[in-house]
Amino acid sequence: MPNLPALDVAAVRTQFPILERSVRGRPLVYLDSGATSQKPLCVLDAERGYYLHSNAAVHRGAHALAEEATEAYESARVTIASFVGARAQDLVFTTNATAALNLAAYAFSNATALAARGHRVDPRFVIGEGDSIVVTEMEHHANLVPWQQVCEKTGATLRWIGLSDDGRLDLRNLDSIIDQTTKVVSLSHQSNILGTINPVAQIMEAAHSVNAIGVVDACQSIPHMPVDVHDLGADLIAWSGHKMLGPTGIGFLWGSTEILNAMTPFQTGGSMIETVTLERSTFAAPPQRFEAGTQMVAQAIGTAAAVRYLESVGMVEIAAHEHALTAHALAGISQLPGVRVIGPTDTHMRGSAISFVVDGLHPHDVGQVMDAQGVAVRVGHHCAWPTCRRFSVPATTRISPYLYNTLDDIDAGLAAIAAAQEFFQVVN
Amino acid sequence: MDLEGLYQEIILDHYKHPRGKGELTSPLAEVHHVNPTCGDEITVQIATDPAGHLLVGYQGLGCSISQASASVMSELVNGNSIEVAETARAAFVDMMHAQGSGEPNEEILGDGIAFAGVAKYPARVKCALLPWMALRDAQIQANLAESEEG
Repeated sequence: MPNLPALDVAAVRTQFPILERSVRGRPLVYLDSGATSQKPLCVLDAERGYYLHSNAAVHRGAHALAEEATEAYESARVTIASFVGARAQDLVFTTNATAALNLAAYAFSNATALAARGHRVDPRFVIGEGDSIVVTEMEHHANLVPWQQVCEKTGATLRWIGLSDDGRLDLRNLDSIIDQTTKVVSLSHQSNILGTINPVAQIMEAAHSVNAIGVVDACQSIPHMPVDVHDLGADLIAWSGHKMLGPTGIGFLWGSTEILNAMTPFQTGGSMIETVTLERSTFAAPPQRFEAGTQMVAQAIGTAAAVRYLESVGMVEIAAHEHALTAHALAGISQLPGVRVIGPTDTHMRGSAISFVVDGLHPHDVGQVMDAQGVAVRVGHHCAWPTCRRFSVPATTRISPYLYNTLDDIDAGLAAIAAAQEFFQVVN
Repeated sequence: MDLEGLYQEIILDHYKHPRGKGELTSPLAEVHHVNPTCGDEITVQIATDPAGHLLVGYQGLGCSISQASASVMSELVNGNSIEVAETARAAFVDMMHAQGSGEPNEEILGDGIAFAGVAKYPARVKCALLPWMALRDAQIQANLAESEEG
């Protein structure tokens, strides 16, 4: 295995037994971490340990298990919040990142509906005809469709920041896109399809200059690089547990204290209330205001274990490792005739998710041949259909390595692309 | 690797040399179907000739499986009676849901039997069925369907 200076990949891989398995008779080469990451033993142990010893519903019940479970759940909140430089009371647990973004979007449509009935709500969340919501042309559907729905319900207009041919945001007309009509600006920190890292702080500054609320989808950045929520300058930041070595079934919404306090609830019911009569209810303070129903305790504890593992390896080291893998992959792809990267072709302001198209081959067929070689990749539109349209491709194939991948894995991926070309006889 | 089981020569041939691809001059119905997980798209048009036989036109963009399936569908349906077309569709759908078991009927399915191996790849079954689902939709819209069975 060639040497990568930043981290001991062999040691990392011992913590991920799934990477030892074979698929279709070949050793597994897992290059689909942008879809979901694999889980280290410590995450599995943390979940199992919780269910073996402390399982109970949190924030209710007076018994010892309930107290232990509540303590573990709230301690996980502290661990996960501090991982991104945040305070625990500003971190909301959701069921996934999509739920976190919907929570943000519904704060607007709910406040607008309540205001129309004469209820007192924070006017920054009241939106209507003449107002605009700004996204970008590289958003995951999870950060696009909820905002389209807010526009449908309120009469606001959706605008977007377009892309340059190399997959960067085209900021030339930013002043005319984000203007006095803008109430929300929501964009991804790192594109899941293009790999582009966006200048989020600059765009959040533009949002705040017109008193718009800034939202960031950090699903593809927080797992892969050191992120401090305060550096992004956003009001709300959403991400998920399962892409950062944690379990599925948990996501996160960080918000500034002031913004969370100003937001109406999304899902309502048990646990999120302050007082309830038959006629009406008042609501708990954040974060509980946004955590209705029985919570994802094991998932929170599992994600906290993932965070401790990521910190033990080092986020700086992980980012450097991925940078080396990305450089190697981009160089390798550039040597393959008939293969074209969709997105930035250099490592500047770029993450490890690399989409490409192969002349004469549909991505589904590319992915199928790669799978036959044991190489797991994502094919399709990556829940970013408008981005595919922007680049006039029906879909792409994407490799997305992580801390446990090696240069050999990248080479296996490159060889599998060449094998697909050979199988379908599309190389000259 | 068992790629040859999935990508039979017949499938690759239909993919590279699609039969019957193109538009009809005066279709009775036209439908557009997509596979939202991967973005495969197909437009199917339907009409009848003076003898009441089906005429099918299609345009598509997608993987080899979906496009070859459209080509085979065109071969099996074009110029045939509604009954023959529906028998072929039912046989094709049954084959795709058989997970590779059972013996497809070559007399009914022609080159379509090459898709038996696709049924073993759940992620690709939808690709193979896409044109056939569009065909059924077009037939219903044009009142050229024999029955309402699913």
